[in-house]
Amino acid sequence: MKINVTINGETRTDDVEPRTLLVHYIREMRGLTGTHIGCDTSQCGACTVLVDGLAVKSCTMFAVQADDATIQTIEGVATDEALHPVQEAFWLEHGLQCGYCTPGMVITLMQVLERNPNPTEADVRRGIAGNLCRCTGYQNIVASAMRAAETMRGETR
Amino acid sequence: MIPAAFEYHAPKTLRQAVATLRRYDGEARVLAGGMSLVPMMKLRLANLAAVVDLSKIDGLAFIDETANGLAIGPMTTHYAVESSDVVRRVAPILAETAALVGDVQVRNRGTIGGSVAHADPAADLPAALLALEATFIVAGGPRRRTIRADKMFVDAYTSALNEGEIIAEVRVPAMASGTGWSYQKLANRASRFAVVGIAALVATDEAGACTRARVAVTGAGPAPVRARATERYLVGKQLTPANIAKAAARATNGIEFLGDVHGSPEYREHLTAELTKRALTEASERMG
Repeated sequence: MKINVTINGETRTDDVEPRTLLVHYIREMRGLTGTHIGCDTSQCGACTVLVDGLAVKSCTMFAVQADDATIQTIEGVATDEALHPVQEAFWLEHGLQCGYCTPGMVITLMQVLERNPNPTEADVRRGIAGNLCRCTGYQNIVASAMRAAETMRGETR
Repeated sequence: MIPAAFEYHAPKTLRQAVATLRRYDGEARVLAGGMSLVPMMKLRLANLAAVVDLSKIDGLAFIDETANGLAIGPMTTHYAVESSDVVRRVAPILAETAALVGDVQVRNRGTIGGSVAHADPAADLPAALLALEATFIVAGGPRRRTIRADKMFVDAYTSALNEGEIIAEVRVPAMASGTGWSYQKLANRASRFAVVGIAALVATDEAGACTRARVAVTGAGPAPVRARATERYLVGKQLTPANIAKAAARATNGIEFLGDVHGSPEYREHLTAELTKRALTEASERMG
């Protein structure tokens, strides 16, 4: 089936089988391997991308369902000049250890902070309920989210 | 994990969707948000000739306020329900329950119609919809028909929908003013499905006597059910801790408790009574 998908501003038409998962399309056909496959059972959130502005687990969606969609992956988050505030906060707060869950964490937190610019730590933890960090580095991930929220509100430390 | 090959259809109308389902004679399934169907296909628990995606049909995602409540489109996502000011005002228990489904990513795609039609025995929304006495308008038969919530959930993964039928609308009566509500669940830590979940609505008269109690249980048995014995016990009584405890103990009546790796039947039985007590307590504290 022909699908037309815009990823990080680049639109392409590709031929996919209906059973091709979106995550495989993104990684293998579009060559964007920043989107990770962790559990492949819809639980770990490493494959999270924004589809038409909504955080989704791309292992739990068929590529054909993304026909005509606009997708943002981790590769499209920073500009040439600057990291996204969430990425910057992960850097400053040591929000990653092995880094495997990080792309999904960053994308999910972008959504969480867009919807709630002034979250409590509990809000952040609820927000990343669908993202697992097997280094168990949650303390610093939450600290990163809180710092990113401050930056995005225009506050400085 | 990659599903077995299937044909993909994305019809533009509900009528076409029904016709396509019929053509495959039971070998096709409706794809709504895909939060249950896609994992089942990946695990090859569901091997289908075809999938009929409803996402290209205009007008299936909506939340409208009606004369006596809400009309909700089947493709309305859990996020849309949880974040809707109208739902929060007219049927707050539904918004609160939707906010506890899965996680952010699941709520962004999972739909109310999909949750009901899939009839997962541990799904959250059926409990709230049972307590609210919602009804479902169903397309695909000779004419549209209405199914009551208490007739919809037949068995595990089995709804009252016939082959080729699709939920066209969910009707939710408004919660009467003064009604207290609560949804309490113990969530499976990985999937966040309810090991047991309890939805409760209560109202009292001016003297504090319970005029109405509606309690529904999910996760405990093969299908979500109303806890009628609990409801009957409470009506006419004061919502004191002692009466709530006695009513909650009756929530286990008639349930054939499931046992699995997440909890034994005995544990689910205990949870059912305990969470019913908590739900009734919170609901009684929230009466306006």
